[in-house]
Amino acid sequence: MTLTRTQQGLAALDAMFNAARAQNRAAFLPYFPIGYPTYDESIDALEAMAAEGVDGFEIGIPFSDPIADGPAIQMATQIALDNGVTVRKCLDAVATLRARGVAQPMMMMGYANPLLAYGAERFVQDARAAGADGLIVPDLPAEEAHYFSAACEAAGLAQVFMLAPTSDDRRIDLVASRATGFIYVVALTGITGARAELPPDLTDTLGRIRARTDKRLVLGFGISKPEHVKQIKSLVDGFIVGSALVRAGQEGVAAVKALTRALVSGLAQKDDDRC
Amino acid sequence: MSVVTNVPDARGYYGEFGGRFVPETIIPALDELEAAYQEAMQDARFHTELSHLQRTYVGRPTPLTYAKRLTEMLGGARIYLKREDLAHTGAHKINNALGQALLAKRMGKHRVIAETGAGQHGVASATASALLGLECHVYMGSVDIARQQPNVFRMKLMGAEVIPVESGSRTLKDAINEAMRDWVTNVRSTFYLLGSALGPHPYPRIVRDFQSVIGIEAKQQILDATGQLPDVCIACVGGGSNAIGLFHAFRDDPDVELIGVEAGGLGIHTEKHAARFANPDVARPGILHGTRSFVMQTEDGQVRETHSVSAGLDYPSVGPEHAYLRSLERAFYTSATDDEAMQGFKVLCENEGIIPALESSHAIAEVIKRAPTMPKDSIILVNLSGRGDKDLDTVMKLLGN
Repeated sequence: MTLTRTQQGLAALDAMFNAARAQNRAAFLPYFPIGYPTYDESIDALEAMAAEGVDGFEIGIPFSDPIADGPAIQMATQIALDNGVTVRKCLDAVATLRARGVAQPMMMMGYANPLLAYGAERFVQDARAAGADGLIVPDLPAEEAHYFSAACEAAGLAQVFMLAPTSDDRRIDLVASRATGFIYVVALTGITGARAELPPDLTDTLGRIRARTDKRLVLGFGISKPEHVKQIKSLVDGFIVGSALVRAGQEGVAAVKALTRALVSGLAQKDDDRC
Repeated sequence: MSVVTNVPDARGYYGEFGGRFVPETIIPALDELEAAYQEAMQDARFHTELSHLQRTYVGRPTPLTYAKRLTEMLGGARIYLKREDLAHTGAHKINNALGQALLAKRMGKHRVIAETGAGQHGVASATASALLGLECHVYMGSVDIARQQPNVFRMKLMGAEVIPVESGSRTLKDAINEAMRDWVTNVRSTFYLLGSALGPHPYPRIVRDFQSVIGIEAKQQILDATGQLPDVCIACVGGGSNAIGLFHAFRDDPDVELIGVEAGGLGIHTEKHAARFANPDVARPGILHGTRSFVMQTEDGQVRETHSVSAGLDYPSVGPEHAYLRSLERAFYTSATDDEAMQGFKVLCENEGIIPALESSHAIAEVIKRAPTMPKDSIILVNLSGRGDKDLDTVMKLLGN
């Protein structure tokens, strides 16, 4: 899919959410790590997902010790590291995708240590230059925003923080005051990975957050099937699927493309069950 | 030397080190832990119960032993051993495990998880859990399971489940990763009994405080024995809990030199060691397991695999307070190679009739280097953090029986 990319960073995310909202649905932002199953195939997989009409991306930057990730993403990112992927190569992959005409917003998603080893300010500047739109660091809570916040603000890139089912009102307020672009809502207490069912307290978690902020909410962790997508598409502004796509990646780009198509079709069906 | 301030600050920082770098899901649990810990510290009954168990169950105070033959052999400073090897379960780890297990019980959390490297913290956690009626699950790398079989059996005997970790280097680092993943998942019902002075705030502080009994006792004991403070305190440093436990009581005694000994493995100029402070090419400030400290890492910020003959020192990062004390030049850090530690092990066995843990043997190695250079009226206080029974297999292999 070739879209004209006229905006970057917060403005591009805003346009993405508005376009999805105009269609009465949530935006779909799949996660995929660079370097898995190979460097070239990861870029091809992201390009194929773009062609299936996803709304944006989480571009995974591999780390040796991913404490928030389950077995699927641990395995994939270890393979990526064995394949020689570096932070720089992840940024190069974004630039390559932009050169191939992929226009959807791209969030760089990686653990703090590799990004700080690269240099926080330099990373944000190079991410912008490569064509990325924001940053998600799962082991950087809102208290530690300062490492990247000035650079993100100067570059106009989003700095996303997470909320979880365990977050109380005080933390919801703190995250809402520091997150830009959107808030990443962790659907369950746990690590990443496909689950059979969505957690029963999900609407409660989302309700507590909605009551305190009008920031956009993007849901992740445990979402893997078209039926999950149908359940959540009117509850949130966006959602993330990661581990299920990574597992599909074991079988190659075609399998990633097929699962993406099924997930996108879960979004397209008209059954507005907004509550 | 700069002035050492009261650390950590309200955000959990020790100068530029420390903090909290963990997924949001467990931040509220850290807040809950910090509040419960502060409440417990204000509660006289908590202190009474802890000190009662330290005396009647752990066997505290542990003795201070004058190493007469070692002192004569080295011909310099008088050497005193703080005998944490004589604490119940054979190492200092029980001090912290018991304190945290009491805290878990107080918080109403009956499921306890722990990580272990050498197995000493796992054994201590299993012990404290059996004593207090808690359910205990211990994550342990499969490489460590293979080299610390007796401790694995001990944990199982006391009713703990030992969960082998097959990811990464299959050692302590990966056991901590898995324990954190368990905690993220079961955070509401589970107490993470973290074994060293590292991890996200408030753990480095809690572990230091529970281990500070080592230095508090040793300071009084050495004053009683000699009428003076030691010139040098020496302890091995993996995560750094036995060292910070010894150092803390001497922090404000500027004439007492504090020396931490890291694992030099096959040599600090090889890639096979765990000396985080030794070589800026392979270790720099970074973030691992929730805290900012020195981390052995590649140029690209990937954590390096480490090596040490002792499982308990085989870890790529170090407690943030050590990074802080080093930055202030209040403490100094050196290393001992596997071979030097083995030499220390043999010397202590043969001259004092004490079989030390391979971790503690690194501290003895530094004593062997340093004591002969010091005057005869000077004093070295060394923390003998654990006993070596668990290491006999490793030692038999290395010494060819």
